[in-house]
Amino acid sequence: MKKLSARRRHPLAAVVVLLLALAATGGLYAAFAPAGTAKADETAQSLAIEEGKKLYSVGCASCHGTGGQGTSDGPSLVGVGSAAVDFQVGTGRMPAQQPGAQVPRKKVIYSQAEIDQLAAYVASLGAGPIKPTEGQYSPDGADIAKGGELFRTNCAQCHNFTGEGGALTYGKYAPSLEGVDPKHLYEAMQTGPQNMPSFPDTTMPEKEKKDIIAYVQAVNSDSSASPGGLKLGGLGPVSEGLFAWVFGLGALIAVAIWVAAHTAKAKKS
Amino acid sequence: MSTVTNTQKKAPAGERVADWADGRLGIYTLAKANMRKIFPDHWSFMLGEVCLYSFLIIILTGVYLTMFFHPSMNEVEYVGPYVPLQGQLMSEAFNSTMHISFEVRGGLLIRQIHHWAALIFLAGMFVHMMRVFFTGAFRKPREINWLFGFLLFFLGMFTGFTGYSLPDDLLSGTGVRFMQGAILSVPVLGTYLSMFLFGGEFPGGDFVARFYSAHVLLLPGIMLGLVVAHLILVFVHKHTQFAGPGRTNDNVVGMPLLPVYMAKAGGFFFLVFGVIAVIAAIASINPIWAIGPYRPDQVSTGAQPDWYMGFAEGLIRVMPGWEINLWGHTLVLGVMIPLAIFPAVLAAIAVYPFIESWITGDKREHHIAQRPRNAPTRTAFGVAWITAYMIMLVGGGNDLWATHFHLSLNSITWFVRIFFFAGPVIAFVATKRICLGLQRRDKDKVLHGRESGIIKRLPHGEFVEVHEPLSQGELHRLTAHEQYAAAELPPAVDENGVERKIGAMEKLRVKLNKGYYGEDSQVAKPTVEEYKEIQSGHGHH
Repeated sequence: MKKLSARRRHPLAAVVVLLLALAATGGLYAAFAPAGTAKADETAQSLAIEEGKKLYSVGCASCHGTGGQGTSDGPSLVGVGSAAVDFQVGTGRMPAQQPGAQVPRKKVIYSQAEIDQLAAYVASLGAGPIKPTEGQYSPDGADIAKGGELFRTNCAQCHNFTGEGGALTYGKYAPSLEGVDPKHLYEAMQTGPQNMPSFPDTTMPEKEKKDIIAYVQAVNSDSSASPGGLKLGGLGPVSEGLFAWVFGLGALIAVAIWVAAHTAKAKKS
Repeated sequence: MSTVTNTQKKAPAGERVADWADGRLGIYTLAKANMRKIFPDHWSFMLGEVCLYSFLIIILTGVYLTMFFHPSMNEVEYVGPYVPLQGQLMSEAFNSTMHISFEVRGGLLIRQIHHWAALIFLAGMFVHMMRVFFTGAFRKPREINWLFGFLLFFLGMFTGFTGYSLPDDLLSGTGVRFMQGAILSVPVLGTYLSMFLFGGEFPGGDFVARFYSAHVLLLPGIMLGLVVAHLILVFVHKHTQFAGPGRTNDNVVGMPLLPVYMAKAGGFFFLVFGVIAVIAAIASINPIWAIGPYRPDQVSTGAQPDWYMGFAEGLIRVMPGWEINLWGHTLVLGVMIPLAIFPAVLAAIAVYPFIESWITGDKREHHIAQRPRNAPTRTAFGVAWITAYMIMLVGGGNDLWATHFHLSLNSITWFVRIFFFAGPVIAFVATKRICLGLQRRDKDKVLHGRESGIIKRLPHGEFVEVHEPLSQGELHRLTAHEQYAAAELPPAVDENGVERKIGAMEKLRVKLNKGYYGEDSQVAKPTVEEYKEIQSGHGHH
């Protein structure tokens, strides 16, 4: 030890350290990086970007600008990431039909392969949230009850108790979550589309997102049970009150009219 | 003596039971006076019965629910069968409601019957009240009974609200928080009242137990007493009836209580129960499992109260958030003003009978129900009131109007703000016009008869429609109503040339009276002379 510390101010010490560091990183890279596949991936990636750019020029550039820099009609796409593209185009929101308070969910017009190409192109403009893999968003094995608690804390203010949707200001709204793909739920949380705040992994870890997805799937999908009968939209007391007036009191008044019409009459004979 | 024993056969069993009871309860006199009590027949007279029966259904199902409900806010962990809540912390009140919904036999059905019956009870009272209002059935001697009925509606709202709060779910907890906010807005007293009601800071650990005793004991106890008083007064005053042949202000034409009305009413009870049970069996209400347990840090969109409190919700939602800061104290006008308007609007309809009798100066008894068209100003006032109420219901559900009709929430709020004031005025004018139009139509029918649909061609080629004269009964029905003459102020100077002193109130009364019964507010009903004159000239139409 003494020898080493005595030579640490030697003029060649820095060179030796540099050489050792280079050897270590180079060695590690050689050990871990399968050079051939990386090259193939890179080619596929640049091909996808190329194709994506073509699709982009046709379908997106008129609003978002030729280089994704944004125009007065659409925001910049630099740094939105592939997750945002996969959500917006995969739910049919983009390309938008018309400007308005909010762009609605509609029929998807691109194939998943095309969406991936578009996503690759937009991702190449600047780093952003990456499209999740199935392992990330799949609700299997997640804690539904914990998801419910998280949902009521973070989502219900706008999306209602079970994700039936709700109103925001000036014609904007939080959409219904019924029948939304788990992948899109995940991406929405990750990227915060339109008026929604984003919930990156730093504020809401991947596991919590999975719990929320599992909860939404449990209470608001085709397979979720409604033990009390008709859900009446799951909207709470307004629809219940309307139902009570129209069908409850309506039926009772009809019955009252029927009873009054069938009264005992003095027989005339 | 043997002949006596032979002829004294045993009386039939029924008679013996009746005799036994009469000897101890004196029911014969009671029954004699009331068994043949007459009730007139009309479907709208059964709306009150709808309320009575749904009230009974609420009591019956409520008793069942108390057997399983724990009015406690102790925190427990949910271990029941509903997976999406397993392991969550909640109050015992919520937990026991979950237990009732998922584990108690018939629990969910009974809960839903209880809640649907409550909504229908309140809706029934609203409609029943409007029937009484529009037919003038609140006039002397029934003003007190009108107030009893109004109190039942008012207490029903709060009984419903306390019951809705008991499960301690996220929706009702938000409602309780809303109420606490309204209490806090009361100047000076607000904080004290809130601390007193909740036993400390909101939500504390007491309110479920306190609401529970109010919901199952205090409020229904008062309501039951009022219902009995209401029914006794109906018996004492006898029921009103619509004008018709043989029906006068001094008689009641209809069916006797026993057996006809008793059978009909008994059957109607089961029909009401049946309809409510069917609705409870097919439609979910207040699904607390989907709503989740209350936590003050959570809230959901679409947090509305049950419909009867929607009026208050609307007032708060559309009121601008004004506030005044004075010497470090905040006066929250945005909440305080709605809190003041809410009882004021309700009171307007409650005191109306006294205002009308003051304006008319009519102190006679009235037992003939009026047709709404024959009291145009009152009918217009009632429709204006309903309009204000309904506009505020729109305000209370503004978010759902926005999402379901693709409108802007802000535009709806502005619509409600403007039309809460403008809507009643428009409704008042339009209703009065319609009533006067209907009065003219009645007059036309009486004088010229009913259009028969038969077209006759006269010899010179003219086409005329043959009008059929109405039956005597129909003529009576259309002309039986009384018409007041508009009041006039006495001459300013009396017969001795001395200036008369007329109070400001009397001047106001006469002015209002002219508004009610002046030339523009009623169509003079046809007189016998007019009728005879027209009828004598045959062939003219």
